[in-house]
Amino acid sequence: MSNSNTTELTTTQIVQNSLKKRYRAERRFKAFGIASVCVGVFALLILFTEIISKGVGAFTQTYVQLELKLDNDVLGIDDVSNPDAFMQANYTKVIRNALKEQFPTVKKRRDRRALYGMVSVGASYKLQAVITKNPDLIGTTQKFWVIADDDLDTYYKSLSDAEPFTGRMNDKQQAWVQTWVDNNQIKRKFNTTLFTAGDSSEPELAGILGALVGSLLTLSVTLILSFPIGVAAAVYLEEYAKRNKITDFIEVNINNLAAVPSVIFGLLGLAIFLNFFGMPRSIPLVGGLVLTLMTLPTIIISSRAAIKAVPPSIREAALGMGASKMQMILHHVIPLAMPGMLTGAIIGLAQALGETAPLLMIGMVAFIVDVPTGITDSATVLPVQIFLWADSPERAFVERTSAAIMVLLVFLISMNGIAIWLRKRLERRW
Amino acid sequence: MSLSVLLVFIVAVVLAAFIIGKTRALKVSAFQGGAKTLNSLPYYYGMLTALWTGIPAIILLILWQMFDRTIIDNLVIQYLPSDVQNMDGEQLGLVMNQVYTLVGGQQVGDVAPYIEQAAAKVSKLYRMSEWLQTSLITLAMIIGAFVVYKRIHPEMKARNHIELFFKYSLLGCACIAIITTLGIVFSVLFESIMFFQKVPVSEFLFGTQWSPQMAIRKDQVGSSGSFGAVPLFVGTMLIAFIALIVAVPTGLMSAIYLAEYAPKKIRSIFKPLLEILAGIPTVVYGFFAALTVAPFIRDLAYSLGINEYISVSSESALAAGLVMGVMIIPFVSSLSDDVINAVPQSLRDGALGLGATKSEVVKQVVIPAALPGIVGGVLLAASRAIGETMIVVMAAGMAANLTANPLDSVTTVTVQIVTLLVGDQEFDSPKTLAAFALGLMLFIVTLALNYIALHVVKKYREQYD
Repeated sequence: MSNSNTTELTTTQIVQNSLKKRYRAERRFKAFGIASVCVGVFALLILFTEIISKGVGAFTQTYVQLELKLDNDVLGIDDVSNPDAFMQANYTKVIRNALKEQFPTVKKRRDRRALYGMVSVGASYKLQAVITKNPDLIGTTQKFWVIADDDLDTYYKSLSDAEPFTGRMNDKQQAWVQTWVDNNQIKRKFNTTLFTAGDSSEPELAGILGALVGSLLTLSVTLILSFPIGVAAAVYLEEYAKRNKITDFIEVNINNLAAVPSVIFGLLGLAIFLNFFGMPRSIPLVGGLVLTLMTLPTIIISSRAAIKAVPPSIREAALGMGASKMQMILHHVIPLAMPGMLTGAIIGLAQALGETAPLLMIGMVAFIVDVPTGITDSATVLPVQIFLWADSPERAFVERTSAAIMVLLVFLISMNGIAIWLRKRLERRW
Repeated sequence: MSLSVLLVFIVAVVLAAFIIGKTRALKVSAFQGGAKTLNSLPYYYGMLTALWTGIPAIILLILWQMFDRTIIDNLVIQYLPSDVQNMDGEQLGLVMNQVYTLVGGQQVGDVAPYIEQAAAKVSKLYRMSEWLQTSLITLAMIIGAFVVYKRIHPEMKARNHIELFFKYSLLGCACIAIITTLGIVFSVLFESIMFFQKVPVSEFLFGTQWSPQMAIRKDQVGSSGSFGAVPLFVGTMLIAFIALIVAVPTGLMSAIYLAEYAPKKIRSIFKPLLEILAGIPTVVYGFFAALTVAPFIRDLAYSLGINEYISVSSESALAAGLVMGVMIIPFVSSLSDDVINAVPQSLRDGALGLGATKSEVVKQVVIPAALPGIVGGVLLAASRAIGETMIVVMAAGMAANLTANPLDSVTTVTVQIVTLLVGDQEFDSPKTLAAFALGLMLFIVTLALNYIALHVVKKYREQYD
């Protein structure tokens, strides 16, 4: 034993020899960990930069300044006191005349059409609104900023790039744009249409207001139904339920529902609400009902956690003072658990706000131009609007889709922010 | 009265009943020495009166709203000419539609005189129904209030009644979870059974051709749709597999790093950052996959010359899978984080005391101890990946290719459910019913995965106490 053999190593030596390798393994392992976190954060960064860089353009819209001769011969408004006369007047021709006048060399029919196509069809509606408001303008010549077509809009926005996106713009059209640029007749203004209009097949006239209102209505239905029901269910399970088969069955069901894919809830809505009860398609009421069923498990689970966090001493004190069980719950447990329950409800609603698949199945994908005014009007919601626009071939819809995503994300982030703030602000440690 | 006016009316009467009940309780107790002699606080009597007033009215209102249209329809049909009455259900429905558009005042052009008569009948019946509804509901409320009013007595245990009502309404709310599950099961089951009467189960489960288009004319080319769902199952598996390959190692390793290595400050920054990924709506991921990742992968494949060997599609399983993987990273990492933190510190300290390096502790002590939880988490992630819809709808494509090539376009169960059901559809064509059969498959598989996950966690969890 004492005779040290050169081939036989002591434990310390073995450890010593292997240390280098083990430390390398250690460093490698740690590097893997860091790399994994970085992959996640990197994906997040790419996602955000992609969407912001694609969508930021949608917040401005190209306008072209034209000198419009508001001749009554062209407009054809014979009676200023009659509102119908304003509706029937020929505004398109006024705009076309202005274009013709600026580019008198354009004679061929095809070129003419290309020239007229540079201005959006929405321009004449805008002109109609202005003239209806100010009939005195008739007969004068006005410089007027008219809204440009989406092809021109996309081209003009990419003009500063190394290689402008021409799309459907032909060489002549590009030359006309150059003339406008030289004359300072073209500029980008803040895109108010995006926030004040419903859907449209023309990208430059499409807005998200309809979808936003639809989302708001749907979420209101969801909130009004799911919060009271969820809290009531949580109170029952925490305060009343004895451990028996029924309680276990309820709990198993809640946990399962939390894991059921959302598209299945769409099937439920389609089969039960639309087919069996005969409710109309694509209304926020049905959407809200489906999302209620979907968010209930989330709300029940978080409400239960909040109720559990209220210490038993509070309950015992209340009962000891002679409160009934209902009074104990309504006067003490629920108010104390409220911040936690509200947090859960907001997180559940944020989930519901981003949900698309079940709403597709109950028909909230229809092309709806009007802004809905009630829970029984046809409507669509923001995520579905994003889905619809993402499917549209026009390039101008890509940036509008990204802009709609940005709006949706702002809502989601602020909802989650409120939830976190609420938890920090109102949470009580016992 | 119109519905909204009626609702306001009911609310007003209920409030009045509350006040009446409360006053009554105070009044009957006044002879015996005031509110102290009452069994319950005065407002309980008010609440009891209000409940007995409101609940019958609401039940009546709901029943009325559910059935009035059907009853009126049947009454009106009796007055139609006999040849119209003998039409089949669909044509009769068209006639009734015409009648209702006339009632709504939207009819343009001429209509048959019997339709005009029916329309007049309908509006008359509607007026009558509204009138009857209002008076019946008012009557019900008066009777309810009166019954309670008569029984209010100092010894009456109003509070117990209210407490019992409170408890049972809470139970009712808790049972909505059961009702929802039943609703899901029945809605997919019934339609699936109808589907399997038209298409044999074996063809659905093992057939390799999926083309659900049904012909409109009998002689059309490819008139019989085929419902072999194997390509969908394979596509679903392929995408879920890619997603898990991305998500499991990344999620697990980031959980390990954040739980075991990272200083507190880094953990408090990066953990919420990763959780943002879980909060982004799937439609946003779908947009990202379709417009950014898929073209990138296609261009990469072309520049590497892969397209010479295997087919490369602009909508690829790889793009959908990668993005879905990113989506479930936080899911895996937060579930793993929970189980890693549940491993007691004493185990780590013991291993460290024996001279193990940190990574050896993690690999040989923490992960084996946390394994059931991790496996459970992976199974839950798999169920999430299988049921994910929007990413695959937007990025994976519609072509039912039976392929294992991740660069080709595949379709999944959820994509087909959505494409078969979006838009108008009739509820008796195999095309629509197929979506419910797919839904049933999806429901069963996700349920099984969740069950197994919970079971694994429960059965193999070590108890350290």
